[in-house]
Amino acid sequence: MDNEGRQGLRLISPPLIFAIAMLAAPLLMVVAFSFWTQNYLDIDRTLSLANYTEAWTKPIYQTLMFRSLRISVLVTIVTVLSAFPIAYYLSFHVHRRKALWLFLITIPFWTSYLLRVFLWKVILGYNGVLNSALLWVGIIDEPMTFLLYNANAVVLTLAHAWAPFAILPIFVALEKIDRSLLEAAEDLGDGPVRRFFRVTLPLAMPGVIAATLIVLIPTVGDFITPRLVGGTDGLMISNMIQIQFGKANNAPLGAALAVSSMAIIASVSLLLYLTGKKLGGKVE
Amino acid sequence: MHLLPEVLSDMTSPEAQPIINLTGVTKYFGTFHALKGIDANIKEGEFFSLLGPSGCGKTTLLRMIAGFEDPSDGTIVIGGKSMAGISANQRPTNMVFQSYAIFPHLNVAENVGYGLKKGKLSKQAQLAEVEKALEMVDLVGYGTRAAHELSGGQRQRVALARALVMRPKVVLLDEPLSALDKNLRDQMQVELRRLQQSLGITFILVTHDQEEALIMSDRIAVMFEGKIAQLATPEELYRRPISRRVASFIGVMNFLEARVTGSGEAGLQLDIPALGQVEVSHDHLPEGLNPQDIHTIGIRPEMLTVLYDGDQGAERIAQAQVVGTSYYGDMTYYSVLLPGHTEEVTISMRNTAGRSILNVGSTVSVGWGADSIVLFE
Amino acid sequence: MKRNRSPKWLAFYAVAYMVFLYAPVVLLPMFAFNDATVIAFPLSAFTTKWFDVLWNTPALHLAVKNSLLVGVSAAVLSTILGACAARATARYRFPLKRGILGFIMLPMVLPEIILAVALLVLLKQLGLPLSLWTVVGGHVLICVPFSIAILTSAFNGLDQSLEEASQDLGESRWGTFQRVTLPLVMPGIISSLLISFTISLDEFIIAFFLTGTDVTLPVYIWSQLRFPTKLPSVMALGSILLALSVILLILAEWFRRRSAHKQGADASATGGFV
Repeated sequence: MDNEGRQGLRLISPPLIFAIAMLAAPLLMVVAFSFWTQNYLDIDRTLSLANYTEAWTKPIYQTLMFRSLRISVLVTIVTVLSAFPIAYYLSFHVHRRKALWLFLITIPFWTSYLLRVFLWKVILGYNGVLNSALLWVGIIDEPMTFLLYNANAVVLTLAHAWAPFAILPIFVALEKIDRSLLEAAEDLGDGPVRRFFRVTLPLAMPGVIAATLIVLIPTVGDFITPRLVGGTDGLMISNMIQIQFGKANNAPLGAALAVSSMAIIASVSLLLYLTGKKLGGKVE
Repeated sequence: MHLLPEVLSDMTSPEAQPIINLTGVTKYFGTFHALKGIDANIKEGEFFSLLGPSGCGKTTLLRMIAGFEDPSDGTIVIGGKSMAGISANQRPTNMVFQSYAIFPHLNVAENVGYGLKKGKLSKQAQLAEVEKALEMVDLVGYGTRAAHELSGGQRQRVALARALVMRPKVVLLDEPLSALDKNLRDQMQVELRRLQQSLGITFILVTHDQEEALIMSDRIAVMFEGKIAQLATPEELYRRPISRRVASFIGVMNFLEARVTGSGEAGLQLDIPALGQVEVSHDHLPEGLNPQDIHTIGIRPEMLTVLYDGDQGAERIAQAQVVGTSYYGDMTYYSVLLPGHTEEVTISMRNTAGRSILNVGSTVSVGWGADSIVLFE
Repeated sequence: MKRNRSPKWLAFYAVAYMVFLYAPVVLLPMFAFNDATVIAFPLSAFTTKWFDVLWNTPALHLAVKNSLLVGVSAAVLSTILGACAARATARYRFPLKRGILGFIMLPMVLPEIILAVALLVLLKQLGLPLSLWTVVGGHVLICVPFSIAILTSAFNGLDQSLEEASQDLGESRWGTFQRVTLPLVMPGIISSLLISFTISLDEFIIAFFLTGTDVTLPVYIWSQLRFPTKLPSVMALGSILLALSVILLILAEWFRRRSAHKQGADASATGGFV
């Protein structure tokens, strides 16, 4: 290896060693744990698939896993679909001070995530902001109960939480589209709707795929939102993982659950990524 | 531009010793063979150019002289000292970069004086040197200007002053004029040449523009694909190019089939089917070639003359048919067809008074001579 | 280019969306100054007493101190590690470059709970105690990718010939770093420090799993959320944090723009950590 190679490796070694110690080692540890079993207070280190069997066959875990997937997919679809129009508006219809708009979009997300989720609880609650405002104004006679402590609340809260992470990649992809391509399409006879579906959308696909992945992956791992606004219907797999590592004191099972959910998410992401590649354009 | 008194006494004639010896310099980038054994001696005080198309290795060679790349093989000797293991900051060379590399966070004076900070000069002496350098490049009073306030031409001068203030043995210039517009470029070519001559410092220029190299250089090394094809003065390169490739790279050259039909005391007999027969002296034969190797001759457009009524004195005459004209104001370029030769031949004529522009299709007499013919394989 | 008139529905959607985005955030100052213990309409009188409550809560002050300690440490460490990685990426070719970089950036795509749980498992196995320093370690892990993103952009914008010119003029490697490289990437460094600090300040999941007896601010807030009477003061705290984050964000953006401007590059909004 030449001099440049050696220098480069030397320079990258501090962050690399840190990542190996803080990322690779822990993750390997989790995988190892998933093959061990909890024997009351001790860890039995004989390799076994008991945890995985339990994780994949016990109904409660299956329910949670499917619900997590379902909610995550729903959140992703809702978030990306609602983010697209605003990204489009910003890219194509805002001509001055785009930076300011972007900045304004990101401000809400630099508040404490915890607080934001909590605030949605405050907004959607039985005695919360929305109900009390509507009561006060007289639109409803009784507070609405379907707003909080269910899967809907989780979807709404997460769609709000991940909004900028969905908006930004789509915006960047839209900005990259050469406007003269649209003019050419118009020149060749396409109206605005056809232009959108034949030119804009395909070219924006890489951004849409990126947004989808950016929202989907962390959503599965979020336990705060389900805990605060999900009620019993809205509990997700991550809450179970947290419980296993906490109260239930069954770290190996928690590890198996964690590895399983990671495997599922990884497969889903890979599927999305490959579909995205087929639909055209590079995904960064 | 003003002469530095200290430099006047240093001025040496271009016949002085080599200040740079390149021996067998080779460079690989991975498996890519960028330089294939460069041998050259650059004389002290000369304006030396490395000329060639992009990718020929000229910039790589320059950077190796500067010390930013190490040779895979071969030696580089500057001022009698081998440069092996000597890093760029210790070499007696200074470079003017293609992008000028003006430090954006420093003003003009701080840029020019950057390299002096490590030296032994007092602050006042440093300021004085900076002033002198700015004077040399006609930027007096620009010391406090910010970097982003400078135009392209001004940045180039600052880069030059910054290199000159260090009093290097060799100044290296990496396509310094390519970013400037045409007028400014023409002006700078003349100014750079004059500056170099008044200072007497060795300049090595890298360029892909053959006109630029011809105007500015004492000697030029024409490079193709990692090798020096020919190292000679501009005149020699133009009049006696060593190969068809060099000939086409420098200026325009007409190529015609030819054979040597005989050899005698006076010279070689040439048969050029398109033009006729002629005798050329033996020194026309390129080094390393035998008379039977010759299959082509070259003749520059300005060495062919369209004969108007009353023109006399042409050594030889051939007939041709005009098939195209390009009018440039002071010159007209004619494309003509010679008998038995399918490719068009270019003739350049100065539009002096009394010369009308010929019509396409007209038949003309073309004058030519032996001396201007170049022999090729 | 022909300027399209925005279709009415799109503009309306944009405004409605912005209202949706700001809805929770606007509530913070609204109820922080509201003289009532219940977070609901209609509003009562204006008061600043909740801020007084905050001022007189020692547990809060301790949490703030801890968060600052963790935040500053995480910011400095992430920036140093990020600078190493960014510089290596921008300037050098070395074997397995893409793989190594992808690995270091991995925390960006892993759910935080996985990271937190994995670190917890490792620490427990090694018998290491949980403390603020374990939290710092976790925070550095997730901040380094952001730092790398910001600093790679800064280093890429640095014309390589500037460093070569400095050496050509006689300056050593270290001298070049001090006189040319550092001044020109300084705005990126400051931006990285601010962003990392802000991320650490707000980070809950890793702190929750990895903290010992000393809590950071988000963990403290979590503990307060169960108590309804504490809610208004939590609103007050949230308002302060919001204001602080906004100021930090404005500063970070200003520095990023200055860095781009200094190097004569295009200081567009999307050039940032997108």
